[in-house]
Amino acid sequence: MKILTGNDLKSGAVVWWTGKGWSIHVDDAVDAGEEWETVLASEEAERRVNVPYAVEAEQRADGSIRPAHIKERIRALGPTVRADLTLKPNDPDAIAEVV
Amino acid sequence: MYQYDQYDQAMVDARVAEFRDQCRRRLEGHLTEDQFKPLRLMNGLYLQLHAYMLRVAVPYGTLNSRQMHMLADIADKYDRGYGHFTTRQNIQYNWIKLEDAADILADLSKVEMHAIQTSGNCIRNISSDHFSGAAADEVIDPRPYAELMRQWSSFHPEFSYLPRKFKFCVIASEKDRAAMRLHDIGIRILKNEKGEVGARFHVGGGMGRTPMISPVIRDFVPVDQLITYAEACLRVYNRYGRRDNKYKARIKILVHELGKEEYTRQVEEEFQHLLDQGVEPPYAELERIKAYFADPAFEEGLSDDLDLSDPDFALWVKTNTNPHKQAGYVSAVISLKPVGGIPGDATAEQMHLIADLAKDYSFDELRVMHTQNIGLPHVKKADLYAIWQKLDAAGLGTANLDQIGDMIACPGLDYCSLANARSIPVAQKISQRFDKNGKSAALGELKLKISGCINACGHHHAGHIGILGVDRKGKENYQLSFGGSEGEDTSLAKITGPGFDEDGVVDAVDKATDVYLRERQDGERFLDTYRRIGMAPFKEALYD
Ligand code: HEM
Ligand code: SF4
Repeated sequence: MKILTGNDLKSGAVVWWTGKGWSIHVDDAVDAGEEWETVLASEEAERRVNVPYAVEAEQRADGSIRPAHIKERIRALGPTVRADLTLKPNDPDAIAEVV
Repeated sequence: MYQYDQYDQAMVDARVAEFRDQCRRRLEGHLTEDQFKPLRLMNGLYLQLHAYMLRVAVPYGTLNSRQMHMLADIADKYDRGYGHFTTRQNIQYNWIKLEDAADILADLSKVEMHAIQTSGNCIRNISSDHFSGAAADEVIDPRPYAELMRQWSSFHPEFSYLPRKFKFCVIASEKDRAAMRLHDIGIRILKNEKGEVGARFHVGGGMGRTPMISPVIRDFVPVDQLITYAEACLRVYNRYGRRDNKYKARIKILVHELGKEEYTRQVEEEFQHLLDQGVEPPYAELERIKAYFADPAFEEGLSDDLDLSDPDFALWVKTNTNPHKQAGYVSAVISLKPVGGIPGDATAEQMHLIADLAKDYSFDELRVMHTQNIGLPHVKKADLYAIWQKLDAAGLGTANLDQIGDMIACPGLDYCSLANARSIPVAQKISQRFDKNGKSAALGELKLKISGCINACGHHHAGHIGILGVDRKGKENYQLSFGGSEGEDTSLAKITGPGFDEDGVVDAVDKATDVYLRERQDGERFLDTYRRIGMAPFKEALYD
């Protein structure tokens, strides 16, 4: 599947398209659909996201979303060398899942 | 240390106000990202992997305690409690919000700091020897010349849109502690036989995709023509540098393609033309700047004796200090490379402690080193023990300067959007491996440098051992190279052969050091042994 991502204009935070808005959790991402370029253009024009683009990802059996490229997985979680700075500081397996 | 005059402060304050307005217009939608991006980059604000990233300039790496306290406060107030000191003697913050950016610059301006010249195709923040003004072997303090060049280059209208970024380095000793010959222009301040001060110009060095060591194009430029000569070098580049191809746009390509002789000829011609154009600042300005860099009030007649009965302290003194020009003093280095740590990172708390140490023991001066460590330039030997105890208690007392554990690593794929692979985890694993196997001390000086992509921010081309992260079919892979140096014997490293995965490259480094330990002759460093015996014995050990 294709999912959409970008950064929040004000905070710079990595965000993912949920079909209605933008979430910092990649697991909230939805398939971008056919019209994704239109979505990106209008969301960017409205400043609800900054420099957005589409990436490949897979939805796993438990519903979670895993971007295909390690760079996007690191964006989704946070630096692999500082668990405390990631979105899942208390999940001991989170980093292993990324790399 | 240099202090802003009214012009410096007015320029920085005006820039903060201008940028505040630009941020407002971006947030309100009057500017698109395409319009805003070049403006934010001129103020050191990048968009990186996790958020905005702010790079703050530390001109020629010199800081006072007030400035370091401010850097710590910014880390606490606007970031996540830490910062990353870089190979360009700057600091980067990784979690900046656009909404805060102008406030941060305003805070910085209160302590005579800014983020100008940290991005874009301008003359970047000028780097220098981290022991300037302190080292026993220097001819003269190079920083006044670097400061003069900072003033000349800041907002220079002709050089704000060069074909590509432009990096100067100014040193003043034969020993090169600043990778001078791997800069676009490296300047060595020296004295001729008559004792006059002048500058030797090396032009066309760099790392990145096409690493090159700069040739000397002029042995001696009289010091009162320094700026004019630099301007001539830049002019020729600005005119003929390749604007059509980003990968060929650095001056090293121009010098290489024209040939050193032709480039030099054109520079000399331009120089003759510029000599009567009034480019050179009045000599009085250099004298004014010099006054700020006068030696601090060193005590005279101090003893060089030191009680080394504590073995851990003795080790730290042996590895982490550099001879000082004044009897009874040394320069001490605070390692930001604890075993298994993230090279170059410091917490706000550590920054505050370092600032306090500078205030109490080093005439209020600090140095950011390109090796991603912090220097205390002027320390009384008699104070070393007290300093070391405080550092050790804060996890800053690692005694590993220039050893394998003191490796340089760029942020890599953990932070950088240009990366192919992560650098930091490789650094951590190597650091832990060599701590465990106890080989570090026996290996002695061994400079290992890691970059997460070919841009070479981690100086891998110049590592005795270099590691480059590449993307191999979507997987992180690491190319190993040997034989680089960024000292006075600058050389570029050669690739060993096929790359390795993360654990594989750690093993490979381990094996390579065994070859060295087996083959070395008296007094040889890893680099010397490699240069003598060549790649073959290493290859045999790595790829069997
Ligand atoms: C994370 C954001 C960073 C970005 C986007 C970035 C970007 C780049 C690029 C594009 C180049 C290649 C320039 C060229 O060859 O034309 C480069 C070179 C370089 N960067 Fe970075 N860099 C980053 C971080 C750093 C850090 C953290 C350091 C210090 C640790 C650093 C120091 C250098 C140095 C020393 C070079 C090579 C010297 C040269 O040839 O100019 N950079 N960087
Ligand atoms: S070398 Fe590459 S990965 Fe490392 S900081 Fe520079 S641009 Fe980023």
